[in-house]
Amino acid sequence: MTPTRLTAVTALLALGVAACGGTTKSSVTSAPAPAPASSSAAAKADPNAPIKQGLKIAFLPKQINNPYETIVDNAGIEAAKEYGGEAKEVGPSDASASSQISYINTLTQQGHDAILIAANDANAVCGPLQQARDKGIKIVSYDSDASPECRDLFINQASSEEVGRSQVKLLAGMIGNKGEIAILSATANATNQNTWIEFMKDELGKPEYKDMKLVKVAYGDDDDQKSFTQTQGLLQAYPNLKGIISPTTVGVSAAARYISGSKYKGKVTLTGLGTPNQMRQFVKDKTVEKFALWNPKDLGYLASYAAAALVSGQITGAEGETFKAGKLGERTIGKQGEVILGPPFTFDAANIDQFDF
Amino acid sequence: MAKVLRWDVMVGVLLIVVFGYGSLTSPSFATAGNLSFALSDLGEIALIALAMTMLVVAAEVDLSVASVLGLSSALVGSLWDAGLAIETIIPIAVLAGALCGLVNGLLVTRLGLPSLAVTIGTLALYRGLAYVVLGDRAVAQFPPQFVSLAVDDVPGTPIPYPVALFVLLAAIVGVVLHATGFGRSLYAIGAQEQAAFFAGIRVKRIKLLLFVVSGTVAAFAGVVFTLRYGSARADNGLGIELAVIAAVLLGGVDFDGGKGTLGGVIAGVLLIGLLRNLLMLGDVSTEIQSIVTGLLLIVSVLTPRLVSLAKPAALLRATSRANLKGSP
Repeated sequence: MTPTRLTAVTALLALGVAACGGTTKSSVTSAPAPAPASSSAAAKADPNAPIKQGLKIAFLPKQINNPYETIVDNAGIEAAKEYGGEAKEVGPSDASASSQISYINTLTQQGHDAILIAANDANAVCGPLQQARDKGIKIVSYDSDASPECRDLFINQASSEEVGRSQVKLLAGMIGNKGEIAILSATANATNQNTWIEFMKDELGKPEYKDMKLVKVAYGDDDDQKSFTQTQGLLQAYPNLKGIISPTTVGVSAAARYISGSKYKGKVTLTGLGTPNQMRQFVKDKTVEKFALWNPKDLGYLASYAAAALVSGQITGAEGETFKAGKLGERTIGKQGEVILGPPFTFDAANIDQFDF
Repeated sequence: MAKVLRWDVMVGVLLIVVFGYGSLTSPSFATAGNLSFALSDLGEIALIALAMTMLVVAAEVDLSVASVLGLSSALVGSLWDAGLAIETIIPIAVLAGALCGLVNGLLVTRLGLPSLAVTIGTLALYRGLAYVVLGDRAVAQFPPQFVSLAVDDVPGTPIPYPVALFVLLAAIVGVVLHATGFGRSLYAIGAQEQAAFFAGIRVKRIKLLLFVVSGTVAAFAGVVFTLRYGSARADNGLGIELAVIAAVLLGGVDFDGGKGTLGGVIAGVLLIGLLRNLLMLGDVSTEIQSIVTGLLLIVSVLTPRLVSLAKPAALLRATSRANLKGSP
């Protein structure tokens, strides 16, 4: 028998044996879940504990040299200076799922007090993070969460409810709570956008918005060209349209580009979730007055303080605990160890030049 | 003397130097925990490098290995999601890898296409298939007893199980390559394919077998990778074919075939891995890390050439000196 045939036969035999039974997904998931790590639960939070001096913390972004993550991390490093700690940013040059692992391992070996991570893959980072926690290192995820059982805290940039409601408030303020409005979303089944739109509709149900009418939700599929033509279509179909909300960075910049070169400029108010770099020219040419997104600087700042509070024993990560986050004031830990940054940050002509991402 | 000057021996010496330097300068480098991490980070690359060494010695190359790894990972994920037993999934994934290797091998040996071109093609093809199988999803929650086989150390040592397996396979490949007729025929094929053919070596069949082995090993590495990270994704292992080939070349295997030792390759894999680990512990940025590895690779290809150029020159000088002395 040739080696090739031998391999094939062996593999088939193995297959046959294995098919008789084994470890399947259902047999694993039906097994009782392992008890949560008791180390953090057993420890007692002391809200009055002082922040330890000389803390060593490290930011591990999805990838380095990403302008957005750089802003977040630098703000966190600045915050560490405020409370007398030492912080650095290390990370892979590509945002693939596994590239963060060796960095987690290195940071563990270097003996940091806390690792702050924007996880590329919620599960892939889990094992190494657990090993770090076994050595007493606190784990704070920010921007993109790791599996909740592998980290102490998650700093969430914004709650869905706040994003949805604040978008309506922002637009209403600019059009005087009156007139027809439309939404230009991403794809019809985008989870984020659909949750936000539900909260927008709920907000519009309140009496103060009785003169505002949502006439259409259009979908630009997060495609620049399609968002552009959808905007065009909306404005032609609804000549009385007063405002558009586009809660997606692709949509809002495409809509702005269309409006800035059309007769609707100055007549229709556009707002949404966008990045300063994409929106800068449209704010400068007065197509867009205000738009929103969370402030990445505050995100890094809050994450940094949360890590310090964890390491110093002010908090353990349990729901309801509070800690002071420097200039951002007191913050409370919500369900599943989540701390929400707050309402989205509004960008306008006065502040947009302070941001580069 | 000539033996000391061989590049693979020099890589071994360099490895010892790096290890010594690391132990002296970084307190966390030579600890069991760190070495275990560094080794397990190398596990898949080392496994694939075994098969790659045999291919490159026979003057062929397989660039599709990382994509086969990704395809295997995607298969593991989607079949696990579909409710199959992991004991069934693993042989299926490995078999799929063998099939990928078979396709590479048939294209190279039956159609006579250059393996570089063929496997650049299948690099894209297999990665594409991986995305067809699993899409952008990530599948997780694999059975703990299998995950720990991919993650844990052999009790009492800083050696993770996949690395222990590598040691075993390396011993086998080492014997096959350096102490059997089959191994010698690989060198013969790499050095002079025509001559090997006329000497009665079944060149095509052997090459086909090497490609099948390469695919099989890559797919098995995909299983290890998936369990180790606890996450099956189509983009797993993206780009590691370059790390594998870098290690093989650094280990002194000639890209033109016919030359090189497995010991050199193992030293090459370890050198790249430990150097990277040491640089990371020293907070050296990713950019500098790639510059260092890149330069090391160029030096590794350049030095043997320079040595072989220098040898005749030195010989020439020596003879001319001798002639001068001899003249009246």
